[in-house]
Amino acid sequence: MPNSDAHIVRSYSGELQNISALVAKMGGLAETILTDAITALVKRDADLSTQAIQADKRVDSLDAEIEHQVVRMLALRQPMAVDLRSIISALKIAQSLERIADHAKNGAKRALVINQSPPMDATRGIVRLSDVAREMLRSVLDAYVNSDAEGAVKVRDRDEDLDVLYDGYFRECLTYMMEDNRNITAATHLLFIAKNIERIGDHCTNIAENVYYMQTGERLSTARPKGEDAMGLKAE
Amino acid sequence: MLDSETNSATIADPKVVCRDVSVSYSGKQALFDIDLDIGIHQVTSLIGPSGCGKSTFLRCMNRMNDVIDGCVVTGSISVDGVEILDDEIDAVQLRRRVGMVFQKPNPFPKSIYDNIAYGPRIHGLVRGKDELDEVVQTSLERAGLWEEVKDRLLQPGTGLSGGQQQRLCIARAIAVRPDVILMDEPCSALDPIATARVEELIDELKRSYSIVIVTHSMQQAARVSQRTAFFHLGIVVEVGETEQIFTNPRDERTQGYITGRYG
Repeated sequence: MPNSDAHIVRSYSGELQNISALVAKMGGLAETILTDAITALVKRDADLSTQAIQADKRVDSLDAEIEHQVVRMLALRQPMAVDLRSIISALKIAQSLERIADHAKNGAKRALVINQSPPMDATRGIVRLSDVAREMLRSVLDAYVNSDAEGAVKVRDRDEDLDVLYDGYFRECLTYMMEDNRNITAATHLLFIAKNIERIGDHCTNIAENVYYMQTGERLSTARPKGEDAMGLKAE
Repeated sequence: MLDSETNSATIADPKVVCRDVSVSYSGKQALFDIDLDIGIHQVTSLIGPSGCGKSTFLRCMNRMNDVIDGCVVTGSISVDGVEILDDEIDAVQLRRRVGMVFQKPNPFPKSIYDNIAYGPRIHGLVRGKDELDEVVQTSLERAGLWEEVKDRLLQPGTGLSGGQQQRLCIARAIAVRPDVILMDEPCSALDPIATARVEELIDELKRSYSIVIVTHSMQQAARVSQRTAFFHLGIVVEVGETEQIFTNPRDERTQGYITGRYG
């Protein structure tokens, strides 16, 4: 767990460890929801979709618990330096994880709808996207737990791969829609799922930046290479 | 000596420049080659564990160590470019320019009025009663005490509450129009409200004076100062912008001390 070594006041260390543990637990849950949502889509498993949707509620309550602990520690401990950074980072990371779980839950809901229609080849592209996002999420949680600033930088750099995959998938979905207009409903839902996964990558990037700040006290520079996106809009 | 990469001991517009300041008490060295600048119109806080030398360093700046037998101060301290460790410097005159406020409020056993009037009188800073009255009123106003004491100026200063006494001592310090005010744990004997009043006062006073404050309260250092120096075992381990020291200290020892991991 990050930065929880040997405080003179032992209960302070205990509280810091507790917050880290809650964030790690929340991350693990978000990861499971994402995995379940995609598996539910691929295996056309309605029960698994429902399970993923339900699990999001636990993520929300962990988020509330972390916020409560953070406010409490700020008021009662008046943390400084690395402690202050790790407490603030925990709050921000929890918010990102809450968003990630929400995006994954949204995927699980759409899987329920998509699975009313006949199976489509396009679901395979979603698996490719979600593999990258899940890998980013796992790595950034590892970086958090191991206080690994370098690992966090690597996660952030992967976001570009995900953006490229998403742009490709956007075009792929358009092709399915043009081929057969009966595909439009399912392909649109798939496109929304893809967009959700792309957003999960962005949130992993935010988490990575928070891990880096927590560890080093420095902000990662915001300049990252950005390609042309699916709408043909060049990012600034 | 400071590592120049991690420390900004020197600043662009210093009021007080300290170089290679060492202090020993009867042969036992307490401070080792301190380099530190005190900025003009800002608050510099000195933090560190008990016995680290921060109060000793503070007392060098108005030669309070002169009165301690066996205490030897070497190096250079200049205020506005004038070397104050020279034997020719009149310590009484120096202490008018570099005032001090102590941990425990120590008003003279005199009236509130005379507590303030004493300094301007002996230093011959005023001519006539009217001018003296004005100095007393302005000093008490600047110390935020005027409204509370204006109807009882002739009553003893020792009859005020602890927080009021401390503000009286600050009023007394500024009555002689100093350039620098040294404060040695000025709030440690005060309750939170009185502390807040003194901190507000410090904030106000920094527009006109350069202030150095020794405090054991990290929160207080964070609240009132713009620069912070961390002392440990007679050296300055780290000095920098207060925000940097408390959010991202460069030195492990600073980090350990301010987060309460100090062993």
